[in-house]
Amino acid sequence: MSDRDRERLFTSSPAPVVASFEELEAEPIIRREGSLYADAWRQLRRRPMFIISGILIVILAVMAIWPGLFTRADPRACDLADSLLRPSSQHWFGTDVQGCDYYARTIWGARVSITIGVLVTACATLIAVLLGSVAGYYGGIVDTLIARLTDIWFAIPTILGGIVILRSIFSTRGLLQVSLVLIVLGWPTMLRLVRSAVMATKEMDYVDAARALGVRNIRIIRRHILPNAVAPVIVYATITVGVIISAEAALSFLGVGLQLPAISWGLMISVAQNRILTAPHLLLFPGAFLSVTVFSFILMGDALRDALDPRLR
Amino acid sequence: MATTLSRDAVAGRPVDPAAPLLAVEDLHVEFRIDAGTVRAVNGLSYTLRRGETVAILGESGSGKSVSAQAVMGIIDSPPGFVTGGSVRFRGVELLDLPEAERRRVRGDRIAMIFQDALTALNPVFPVGWQIAEMFRMHRGLPRKEAREKAIELMERVKIPSARTRVGSYPHEFSGGMRQRVMIAMALSLDPEILIADEPTTALDVTVQAQIMSLLAELQQQTGMGLILITHDLGVVAEVAEEVVVMYAGREVEKGPSLPVYHQPAHPYTMGLMDSLPRRDVHTERLQPIKGSPPDLLAIPSGCPFRPRCPYTREICTREEPPLAAVTPERVSACHFWEEVSRERAGA
Repeated sequence: MSDRDRERLFTSSPAPVVASFEELEAEPIIRREGSLYADAWRQLRRRPMFIISGILIVILAVMAIWPGLFTRADPRACDLADSLLRPSSQHWFGTDVQGCDYYARTIWGARVSITIGVLVTACATLIAVLLGSVAGYYGGIVDTLIARLTDIWFAIPTILGGIVILRSIFSTRGLLQVSLVLIVLGWPTMLRLVRSAVMATKEMDYVDAARALGVRNIRIIRRHILPNAVAPVIVYATITVGVIISAEAALSFLGVGLQLPAISWGLMISVAQNRILTAPHLLLFPGAFLSVTVFSFILMGDALRDALDPRLR
Repeated sequence: MATTLSRDAVAGRPVDPAAPLLAVEDLHVEFRIDAGTVRAVNGLSYTLRRGETVAILGESGSGKSVSAQAVMGIIDSPPGFVTGGSVRFRGVELLDLPEAERRRVRGDRIAMIFQDALTALNPVFPVGWQIAEMFRMHRGLPRKEAREKAIELMERVKIPSARTRVGSYPHEFSGGMRQRVMIAMALSLDPEILIADEPTTALDVTVQAQIMSLLAELQQQTGMGLILITHDLGVVAEVAEEVVVMYAGREVEKGPSLPVYHQPAHPYTMGLMDSLPRRDVHTERLQPIKGSPPDLLAIPSGCPFRPRCPYTREICTREEPPLAAVTPERVSACHFWEEVSRERAGA
């Protein structure tokens, strides 16, 4: 091949034609489609699973914040003369041993459950996001320390650990103490999730690109990694609210959670167990509310997962 | 661009006015993984001057991208380590800078664009936000002003109706437009060097040409130095003054691009040329280089290209060929470079 051939070969560039292609690529402005979350929202709005669980959660939240909207009766105004009445038009859910209106108590019970569920999940998620993103992003010795500590912590069973801690450390057990114990025992699973999501996102090209453009590590985590890693965390946190609510109920049922005179579904079920044959409504109503609540959050978590995880679409 | 920062210092150190824009010397990078030590870059040297383009050419795994990451200082460490050599930006040694100062050089003085702009843009933020981030972060501009700057830049890289598209997300753009967004981000702070890591590989041919001519145009406007990492020989011949051919982490041939093309002095370069589809010669099949690049964990003794080389002789198994001066500006790492270059001399 002669030099001239080569010259021709390498100068046979399409470059001069470029101007005419410029218009070709000037695509029409497409409808604004929005981000992953806008997409997810559009999809969620049409899903019965999301709508049902959403409505239930809203009702429960309103119940927790303004129980007065649902019942005028005072859950603590009890008349022993009315002990163990069956459900009637006056007492919709009957009365308990003390003669308290059981409907009012069941409604008021939502407050404790929802508060603990949301508070514990929020705190555990915060811990998990902070530690998990540091461990997942920086790796190395920091990661080893955090991950191994998590593994050890993870090995403590929630209910068993809860019993031990609540019985040995606290003399009084109120909402704060129970929440604290559940936070302490609840963060490891969440942390593992955040850590692995961060590690996966860290490998994305846009994280390299951000580094190549001189973005600080903290900002990379905040702006480039967490927003892209948060979807599974949202899903899991939603489910966790339900799980924590049932854990609180379990602890209260076992007598190591909340104490009377607190009003909680777990406590109500615990008291009801002795009279399951004579007064089954005492078990039935708080049990049903508890189940529906836990069910709503888990259903919501599933709906969110379907919408946020593109792999399942 | 409203740059108030002095460009006569790098991370507080005065620049050497006589020094070239970028001088990479004997760069070594290795990855220490469980299976052993991968020597990804083994003694790479090149010099980039203002307004010039250096092309780094090689197959996947030849170390070309890693060498660029080493220049940027974004190699994941561990497992990656720069084990030797020097990278001097206007005379200032970058490898000695503490990470915080190194970071300030990135984006501001040396910027980089990536192969696949879809994955190199954050999917959850609008493109305008991402371009504006550069101004907010490095220059501390307020949100609104940064946004105006972003629109300006999008117009500069010829994104049509930039003002209406500034709020669009990366997935709403075509491949070529995304690469333009990436280029806009990289050029936002008027870097003196742009590293383009296979900027056109993910694009189709017509768009490739547009992007290359856009880069050339921007380079003329700004006088920046361009490091073009590619495996596309055609692209190199058009835009690069200087070419470095890499194989198994080593530079095997280096020199001004036209002479290297016209008369390769290394069998690998020649193999690359012969494997090109050509319009002027009708052949039934393309002629690939036989064999495949070596496993970097088990580089053959002697010359790494030996197992695939038609010129291979006994000495090739024993001795790794030194860089021989073909002309004062050219080197080739082949024992038989004279024989190789004669092949094409009179043809």
